Amino acid sequence: MKIWVFAESEGDNATTATLELLTKAREIGSVECVYVGANVDAIAPQLGEHGAAKVFALDAGDGLPGVIGGAAIAGLVEAEQPDLILFAQSGDGRDAMAVASAKLDRTVLTNGVGLAADGDTVTVNAAIFGGNTLVDTVFDGPKPYLAGIRPKSFVAEPGGAGAGEVVRVDSVDAGRAGEAKVLERHVEEREGPKLEEASVVVSGGRGIGAEENYKPLVEDLANMLGGASGASRAIVDAGWVPYSKQVGQTGKTVKPKVYLALGISGATQHMVGMKGSDNIIAVNKDPEAPIFSVADLGIVGDVHKVVPALIEALKNRG
Amino acid sequence: MNVVVCVKQIPDPAVPGELNADNTLKREGKLILDESDSYGVEMALQLVEAAGGGEVTLISMAPNNEVSGLRTALAMGAAKAVLVSDDALHGADALTTAKVLAKCVERVGGVDLLLAATESTDGYTGTVPAQVGALLGWPALTFAKHVELGDGKVAIQRQTEAGYDDVEAPLPAVVSVTAGVVEPRYPSFKGIMAAKSKPVDEVTAGDLGLSGDDIAAHQNIVSVAAAPAREAGEKFEDDGTGFEKVVAFLDELKVI
Ligand SMILES: Cc1cc2nc3c(=O)[nH]c(=O)nc-3n(C[C@H](O)[C@H](O)[C@H](O)COP(=O)(O)OP(=O)(O)OC[C@H]3O[C@@H](n4cnc5c(N)ncnc54)[C@H](O)[C@@H]3O)c2cc1C
Ligand SMILES: Cc1cc2nc3c(=O)[nH]c(=O)nc-3n(C[C@H](O)[C@H](O)[C@H](O)COP(=O)(O)OP(=O)(O)OC[C@H]3O[C@@H](n4cnc5c(N)ncnc54)[C@H](O)[C@@H]3O)c2cc1C
Repeated sequence: MKIWVFAESEGDNATTATLELLTKAREIGSVECVYVGANVDAIAPQLGEHGAAKVFALDAGDGLPGVIGGAAIAGLVEAEQPDLILFAQSGDGRDAMAVASAKLDRTVLTNGVGLAADGDTVTVNAAIFGGNTLVDTVFDGPKPYLAGIRPKSFVAEPGGAGAGEVVRVDSVDAGRAGEAKVLERHVEEREGPKLEEASVVVSGGRGIGAEENYKPLVEDLANMLGGASGASRAIVDAGWVPYSKQVGQTGKTVKPKVYLALGISGATQHMVGMKGSDNIIAVNKDPEAPIFSVADLGIVGDVHKVVPALIEALKNRG
Repeated sequence: MNVVVCVKQIPDPAVPGELNADNTLKREGKLILDESDSYGVEMALQLVEAAGGGEVTLISMAPNNEVSGLRTALAMGAAKAVLVSDDALHGADALTTAKVLAKCVERVGGVDLLLAATESTDGYTGTVPAQVGALLGWPALTFAKHVELGDGKVAIQRQTEAGYDDVEAPLPAVVSVTAGVVEPRYPSFKGIMAAKSKPVDEVTAGDLGLSGDDIAAHQNIVSVAAAPAREAGEKFEDDGTGFEKVVAFLDELKVI
């Protein structure tokens, strides 16, 4: 089976989600990438290290990488005949899978958390209803099959070294979609590790009470533990913290060694993004809060009492 | 400025979702306006108002000629709606939905901007807006947390993993908006009364020129299972020493 992975980058690095897909794909078949972005000389070797034999590359300039990537994939399929094309369920990945799906007239199975192939049958395992129910879906109809996979579904590991041979794609017919231009990128400053990669994540929810409590309760504790700070959607929608901190169905999936949920009720849409953590600690004043059903350690109490005392105790340990 | 808004009518999300025997989502009861789409409706009303002319048209695909959710959006101030309802569309996948919505846009005609939510509450594939864009051959700008029109162009702030990008495209275009892009208004009593007599153009897939292979799904659900539950551990009432339990646990895990 020939598998394509839509590769994405951040600066000089392939995204972790891309490497996760490559790691899984090389278990199933032979792997090639379609990469849209700058720095292909830095990116291609990383894709190769994770199993990509070939990298079809083009620089979208100030175009939207997902939209152009989807069009590029659609344009290459006839000559290259991939059987299965994988996309990360990221912003650009979603654009790419949608455009490829429309242009190739193929359904796309989205929000996958598992993938298996048996001969020509490809099964995508997805979590629906906010993560409560798992469904296995198989493709029928003509190939290539398209699948969107949520980040953190697989563990990225180098190996199965592919050559990462770069094949430049000169032009792509994105039609009027190519007229969309990125004028400027705004990057929020971040201290400490990335949310998806931190070994400790401290998240705050509506129970922290007010925007000004986020720093002293959530951020400070995360910093003391060398971790990253996260949030429930309730406080992202309220404008207390940026979207980049959101954990859950419509935010990031995290699987740290320890996840601390402070004043978070534990809605299914939040839990689908964090219940794969190794250990979960919850502080909530409501003993019936659903978050306790997944917590290894639950403290029924007021975050304004428990957290400052915890920070004080950690300080005293030096 | 003529703006069309995609409006999905969904089962009440407060009631746990259920599947039919054929593994499609149960959509029998009363359907409501997907809250995610109330942002698109509000955005459209504000953009048309700012442009000083034009109208807001809603498009929706839903079973059983369902109009409850459409009426809510009409009550907010949209002028009219197109509703596609057809048993042949039962269990439609996202691409089929996109084909239907693209045909609706063509049916409305003279459209400058198509708005949708970044993802629906019930199916959340998040692919429909960019699929519709590709089918219409229009630029698709997704994840907008801010939208402005001017000079025959649409400019958005596109939410990214790292922050946001300023992105711009000439009209006509598709834009998908995030929750919180604007504060949706509550329908007024007058709006609710007026909505009852606003025109809803009810059509079938055939009326839109779609049939057979155009709307066939190419996926098969082969198994459905409950996700493995995580076991709850210990729970303590805080008596002022709760923090010590946390310290001890972190110690045990060697993170401190
Ligand atoms: C389609 C869809 C997608 C969604 N995606 C996401 C997502 O990606 N991520 C996400 O998080 N949510 C998501 N949600 C929203 C989700 O359903 C919940 O509304 C949200 O997670 C609630 O956030 P919260 O726990 O902070 O707030 P609440 O549910 O309001 O909970 C606040 C909690 O704080 C506790 N509390 C209050 N005061 C204190 C105190 N002093 N000390 C201790 N505890 C206190 C309360 O007991 C309560 O349990 C989504 C919803 C939908 C419909
Ligand atoms: C749990 C579940 C999982 C599913 N998984 C898949 C899958 O992997 N692949 C697949 O192809 N289909 C899938 N489907 C079917 C898909 O959800 C429906 O076909 C749906 O009609 C369109 O997709 P969406 O709601 O996911 O669209 P999204 O792309 O999430 O919707 C984005 C926006 O498009 C607009 N929109 C979407 N549908 C309509 C509509 N009917 N009327 C008006 N506007 C609309 C709304 O503005 C909406 O917010 C799934 C359905 C369920 C219930």
